[in-house]
Amino acid sequence: MKLKLNIWRQEDANAKGQFESYDLDGIDGDMSFLEMLDVLNNNLVEQGVEPVEFDHDCREGICGMCSLQINGEPHGPDRRVTTCQLHMRKFKDGDTITIEPFRAKAFPVIKDLVVDRSAFDRIQHAGGYISVNTSGNTQDANSIPIEKENADMAFNAATCIGCGACVAACKNASAMLFTSAKVSQYALLPQGEIEATERVLNMVEQMDKEGFGNCTNTGACEIECPKGISLENIARLNREYLSASFKG
Amino acid sequence: MSGILKTSIARKFAMALSGLFLVLFLAQHFTINFTSVVSPDTFNEISHFMGTNFLVQAILQPVLIFGVVFHFIMGFVLEIKNNKARVVKYKNYNGGANAPWVSRNMIISGAVVLAFLGLHFYDFWIHEMQVKYLQGDMSGLNAAGEFRYYEETVAKFAGQPVRLGIYVLSFVFLMLHLLHGFASSFQTVGFNNKYSKGLKVFTKAFAIVIPLGFAFIAIFHYINNL
Repeated sequence: MKLKLNIWRQEDANAKGQFESYDLDGIDGDMSFLEMLDVLNNNLVEQGVEPVEFDHDCREGICGMCSLQINGEPHGPDRRVTTCQLHMRKFKDGDTITIEPFRAKAFPVIKDLVVDRSAFDRIQHAGGYISVNTSGNTQDANSIPIEKENADMAFNAATCIGCGACVAACKNASAMLFTSAKVSQYALLPQGEIEATERVLNMVEQMDKEGFGNCTNTGACEIECPKGISLENIARLNREYLSASFKG
Repeated sequence: MSGILKTSIARKFAMALSGLFLVLFLAQHFTINFTSVVSPDTFNEISHFMGTNFLVQAILQPVLIFGVVFHFIMGFVLEIKNNKARVVKYKNYNGGANAPWVSRNMIISGAVVLAFLGLHFYDFWIHEMQVKYLQGDMSGLNAAGEFRYYEETVAKFAGQPVRLGIYVLSFVFLMLHLLHGFASSFQTVGFNNKYSKGLKVFTKAFAIVIPLGFAFIAIFHYINNL
């Protein structure tokens, strides 16, 4: 498969970036998108050109490290997959592929396609945890009965890998789907009740401080989320926030 | 309550509530307007009541104007804030792949409806204010001693194809705005459960039927007076 790649190159966070075009040959349809970039980088290194920086780690859709806006969509044209799970068979011979970093004021570019997503960490630190007695008398979580429906919804919310595709897809660069998933996974469980009020207030406050946009319910985040995090979580976040505002 | 009006969720919540209030107003406005098609006398009676009742004029009307102004100002405020959240835009942004046009362009449909409201106020509301509160004529009667509301409404469309076209086009944009906005407001106030699917069908039906109904009324009076 022959491809033409238009890739965003940016020396560092302060540099002005631009698109560079690369021709690539010999790409197999069974390669992952990141393996295709590995091939490109091998070629670039052999030519003495600085390789393209991009985030990756587990390469099996779990860690949330890989990102990339591919032909206008986060994680590319496939659904419910991360960039590392995207196969080149989704593209045709002769295609031109435009690869950009996730764009958001809260996700500044560090270099090339690598963005700083630590804003998500700070939202999580603001309240995405529960207090557990670790003195040696910790109660087994499984000993607390939890309604099956709630347990399932909490688990689904907890599958958010924090990749940032929701922000990248949203026309407003809103982080509501991420924040709502992190709030929901605790709001639905008895273990999360103790800090429930403070959690949602603090996480939303941090989300706003980071400079993310407002949710306008376009649903793009849900469609592009590799883990299929539902918009129900955003409605729950809104309920939790309003309830906490009146309590707090 | 201290911080509720300062956050993104609070602003969205206020936006949704003002939108729902305006939807209620639209339903009421359409119902009254539709009587002009079936019974001019009923239209005159209701119009006179709405135009002279103290509760409607002194309380509901200011609340409505506040709701309209708040909704539009907050809409533009949110749009500006959202634009600032992505300073460097994508070169290639395939928004149509994951969200419908109507949901991504509420500011465009909203701006068209706002411009239409300018014309609509000029056509009806400003005239009413002049007659009732500047001239002090609260009778609602014309020179012949009959209610003037029906004839004044019809006169705006009879032989006025350009105005009719602007009204109909504006109602199309109102429909586009409601197709996303009505259902979206329920999501914003936290309503997303097993009833949401049915509610979505209702909001879509409302978003289509009411604007088309308004367009029908305008077209009816135009054709009826050819």
